[in-house]
Amino acid sequence: MDDILVIAHILDGRVKKGTHSAVTFASSVADHLNCTYSILALGDDLSTPRDILVSLGAQKVILGEAPGLDQALAERWAPIIEQVVKEGSYGMVVSPSSTTAKDVLPRLAHRLEAGMASDVIDVTFQGDTLHYTRPMYAGNINATVEIVTDRHVVTVRQTEFPAFEPLEDKSPLEVIPIPPPPSEVLERITFESFERAVSERPDLTEAKVVVSGGRGLKSSEGFRIIEELADLLGGAVGASRAAVDSGFINSDFQVGQTGKIVSPELYIAVGISGAVQHLAGMKSSKVIVAINRDEDAPIFQVADFGFVGDLFKAVPEMISQIKNLEKE
Amino acid sequence: MKILVPVKRVLDPDKADLVRIGSDNTSIDQGNLEWKVNPFDEYAVETALRLLENTATGEMRGELLVVGIGPEEATQQIRWCLSMGAQRGILVQARDEGLDATVVAMILAKMVEEEAADLVIMGKQTVDGESNQTAQILAEILGWPQATFAGRIVASPDLARATVTREVDGGNINVTITFPAVISVDVRIVTPGGVQNNVSPPDKPYDEGPRYATLGGIMKAKKIAVETMTLEELGIEPSPLVHTLSFSLPPQRKAGVILETVEELVLKLKEEAKVL
Repeated sequence: MDDILVIAHILDGRVKKGTHSAVTFASSVADHLNCTYSILALGDDLSTPRDILVSLGAQKVILGEAPGLDQALAERWAPIIEQVVKEGSYGMVVSPSSTTAKDVLPRLAHRLEAGMASDVIDVTFQGDTLHYTRPMYAGNINATVEIVTDRHVVTVRQTEFPAFEPLEDKSPLEVIPIPPPPSEVLERITFESFERAVSERPDLTEAKVVVSGGRGLKSSEGFRIIEELADLLGGAVGASRAAVDSGFINSDFQVGQTGKIVSPELYIAVGISGAVQHLAGMKSSKVIVAINRDEDAPIFQVADFGFVGDLFKAVPEMISQIKNLEKE
Repeated sequence: MKILVPVKRVLDPDKADLVRIGSDNTSIDQGNLEWKVNPFDEYAVETALRLLENTATGEMRGELLVVGIGPEEATQQIRWCLSMGAQRGILVQARDEGLDATVVAMILAKMVEEEAADLVIMGKQTVDGESNQTAQILAEILGWPQATFAGRIVASPDLARATVTREVDGGNINVTITFPAVISVDVRIVTPGGVQNNVSPPDKPYDEGPRYATLGGIMKAKKIAVETMTLEELGIEPSPLVHTLSFSLPPQRKAGVILETVEELVLKLKEEAKVL
């Protein structure tokens, strides 16, 4: 097979963990098919992320820098990646399932006349043929799919592939010229602003511990105990769609089919009943704890440890007991 | 102004945990589950209505055309959208099995051309296949700009352009797009202030969620004939680029233990799970 091109996910000058997962995927496919993988990064200024990218075992790291590339407009990115793929004769494009990749890669796939598999969680090999497994129906069914075009475009779910451990050996860098933007379509779209969701806590999709609250928290003030528990455990705060819809917390914290997919070591669901679409976002967590007053809540069907009772008593008690443990 | 909204039927998404695999492992068994409009597509219909209508006068400032692709039975979900307020519905007859995101996008592109639509609004993904590709491929085929994962749309009064708030990793991106364009919507678009058309008075906010069909709406929809088209008429021979080979069940989690006290819970997490 022709070589693989990994598209790095970079946000605010940081290489996101999903990039490392995509590299793990690419490296395993490359081993099986006896080919290599390279990494492409696009952005305004890649001087910080490139030091990490060169340690990921790639044949080479390709940097495309130009003003405005951080905006990641699909109309701008797709033709740039297309050119790199065609000039380098890459047979596969891989990226973590970030919102940027979801936005850009289908456009790219069509330009390459390639089939695309989204949110891949596993790959198996039948000779030289690749079979991709991807979730459907809110994670209740897995489908095995085959891409029948020569080129493949794939996004991989970072929760299912461990992060690639950086190597001592450094990959060579190649800086590419960025072609002028395609004027016709870009005349009709203007980037205005990026409103960052400011949080002092770790990123939801990268945290080892996630404490999530649901409708049971009753108000945004109610979420303070969730934040306190999360901070005590060095974790991130999450929320169910019900809590977001009720206006307790911003949508950026939503875990579920329509929000973030997480798989921390420890997931604590507080006042969350466990609707199908929420479970889709956290079912692959290592240890799940549920605290809910309703003993019939579906969340208990997937929880390793449950407590039935008033969360406004249980969570503060949990906080004080964990503090006691730490003193010991 | 003509807005095209594609709608897909899906098995009841609130019961996705009851979806079963057929005995051949290559099909999905409908069982007792009902077909519904894909929720994100329903949000797209609501979005289009909020853009087009003037709530002060009740006037619709253009046409909302709903397009379904599938077997004859998929007409029901088109009817549902007509009773919400869409003025026209077209069913493109096709077998579900021969469709992937690329084929669907090609059919929609043909429909956009035939109907001279000015704007396509669609769900960001279906809740069955969950590929999240069709809107983007459609925009590429048409050479139009795209605003995916829209949580808020503020349109100019003449519906020539809109500022769209896109929900992305790490926050929101605001883009201004000039129509024609493709917009894919996320769930927040159906919050009370999710769509502003700068014509409807802002002091009368919408209810949360997509609207229910009124009795009047249902009666009106009954008088509308859903038009049908075939793939031959559109000159499309479906040849999917992605083939589904088989289905399987993911590993199931087992329910664990319910603990009597918080103290026990904390101890278990420390001693047994070793996560504290």
